[in-house]
Amino acid sequence: MAGVQVSNVSRSFGAHKALDDVSIDFADGGFYALLGPSGSGKTTLLRQIAGFDFPDSGRIAIGGESVERVPVEKRRIGMVFQNYALFPNMSVADNVAFGLSVRGEPKAVIAAEVQGALDLVQLGKLGGRRPHQLSGGQRQRVALARAIITKPRVLLLDEPLGALDKALRVGMQIELKRIQREIGITTIFVTHDQEEALTMSDRVGILRDGKLVQEGPPEEIYNRPKSEFAATFLGDANIFRGESTGNGIRLPDGTAIFAGSGANLAPGAKAICAVRPERIRIFTDAAAPDTANANVLRGEVSKRIFAGNSSTYFVERGGQMLKVIVQNTGVDKLAEGQEVVLRWSPESTVLMAAS
Amino acid sequence: MATTRVLEWLGRLYIWLLLAFLYVPIIIMALMSFNVSPFYQLPFEWTTEWYASLWQNDQLISATWNSLEIAVITTIICVVLGSAASLALYRYEFRGKKFLQALLFPPIAIPWLITGTAMLIFFFGVGIGRGLFAILLGHVALALPYVIVVASARLQTFAPELEEAARSLGANQWQVTNRVTLPWIMPGVIAGGLFAFAVSFDQFVVSYFLSTPGQTTLPVEIYAAIRKGFTPEINAVSTIIIVVSMALMLLTARFFKFGGEK
Repeated sequence: MAGVQVSNVSRSFGAHKALDDVSIDFADGGFYALLGPSGSGKTTLLRQIAGFDFPDSGRIAIGGESVERVPVEKRRIGMVFQNYALFPNMSVADNVAFGLSVRGEPKAVIAAEVQGALDLVQLGKLGGRRPHQLSGGQRQRVALARAIITKPRVLLLDEPLGALDKALRVGMQIELKRIQREIGITTIFVTHDQEEALTMSDRVGILRDGKLVQEGPPEEIYNRPKSEFAATFLGDANIFRGESTGNGIRLPDGTAIFAGSGANLAPGAKAICAVRPERIRIFTDAAAPDTANANVLRGEVSKRIFAGNSSTYFVERGGQMLKVIVQNTGVDKLAEGQEVVLRWSPESTVLMAAS
Repeated sequence: MATTRVLEWLGRLYIWLLLAFLYVPIIIMALMSFNVSPFYQLPFEWTTEWYASLWQNDQLISATWNSLEIAVITTIICVVLGSAASLALYRYEFRGKKFLQALLFPPIAIPWLITGTAMLIFFFGVGIGRGLFAILLGHVALALPYVIVVASARLQTFAPELEEAARSLGANQWQVTNRVTLPWIMPGVIAGGLFAFAVSFDQFVVSYFLSTPGQTTLPVEIYAAIRKGFTPEINAVSTIIIVVSMALMLLTARFFKFGGEK
């Protein structure tokens, strides 16, 4: 097992820059999510690490050893494909055995290892089946068992749960995480599902247009996004635009918004503030000054969407639609058209340069 | 309700008429190969005389062996070259690839009479002349496009991730091809091989142009025999061939089922 270092990697396809000077350090044994919209370069990056494609420039190291010109079959990686890519002409056991079999391991060793790998993914009894006789979730497990049986240095997953339905996906997320912890393998997985990235990974890297926008632990990216894109792509955010005051911004109508963290911006510079919908509290009247929630805006409820455990209110304020998520406590139900006061703390507000 | 039933009945009738159209002449021929009268006279009297005399007919037997030999060699050559070519066309991008692929189709459409004439002239020009070797070359040229087209069609349904998955597991190019890609295109290769065998074994026109009196194939020999005067031995040899080819077909159908599952 080993960490992976990607340093200044660029890759172009014709005029299109799929990866533009990307550097990420994947720590040994970590679970890393590469998140981004389609065309952001996340799959290209994964394919560079796997060795299906070579970078135009830059360096890729696995366990400290430079591999950027080493073809995939010599990199000792394990890969799970979005459509599983199980060999249709082989049984489940033969699929799992493939990596050991091409190495020429003795039959007895292979049989024992295959059983171990199938047991690990809880498919111990299905070795004799053919891939087409399995459900989507089972195929996923076979693909995983096949990828880890060779004891690869890195496990790469390309949208591994994308083809599964929601309920199965949540189950597989837990399962995948358990197996990853059990064997302690460095895991890099590509997804466009932000929830998956947040719940599964130790660290997340957000890509956009071939560039790494931000990377770090999920909490850090969620709570302290560094750009509007990071704030809105990972989770929901209300974005306010105005001029920097040093510790927040002034909206065009003169209202001040205070931010507790974020970039150091010179007063007067164009800036934005971001706040998560669940951080905003909603009141029906302007009560006594609330020093903890120093940010105050008045608005009018324009729409309410009930979602069981919470409600989402769309509040119109100065031509901008603000999103507020309120936990269902059984009391506060606001009517559409009602005048409300929104309050939130500077600590919940992040200041960043306007993009 | 009544109309549905009538339609269904007409449908069945249509199928039976179709089958009769296909099989009645063959069945009559097979029956007549066991009839005493050489002139298709009834009543039917059972005999295996024609099969026995077929055994004595050296010309017919040697032509049958020639045909089988040429068909088998043609099939082997076309299967090997054809699957290699379809793999290359699938895997690699090179200059003139589209042009090359387009060139595969016209030989299928050009009348065999014209191809045969062209081959005869060409083979004389380069000194190959006529004979079994010339026939073999001709058959390979005729059958190869079929194998490439059928195997390529099968490859179109191949998921490239399968090769990538095999490589990620440490398989080299040879292992990837042998264990993953070839098993996938096998039904296509078998179907293409069958086509090649049929094109060669049924081939009359090109074989006729390229054969010499001693070196000929079964269809040409049958044609020559019929011109001299029809004998029920022809029925006998045809019946044997029909039985063998049908068995081959059924076997292939089984293979297809095996390879067709995903």
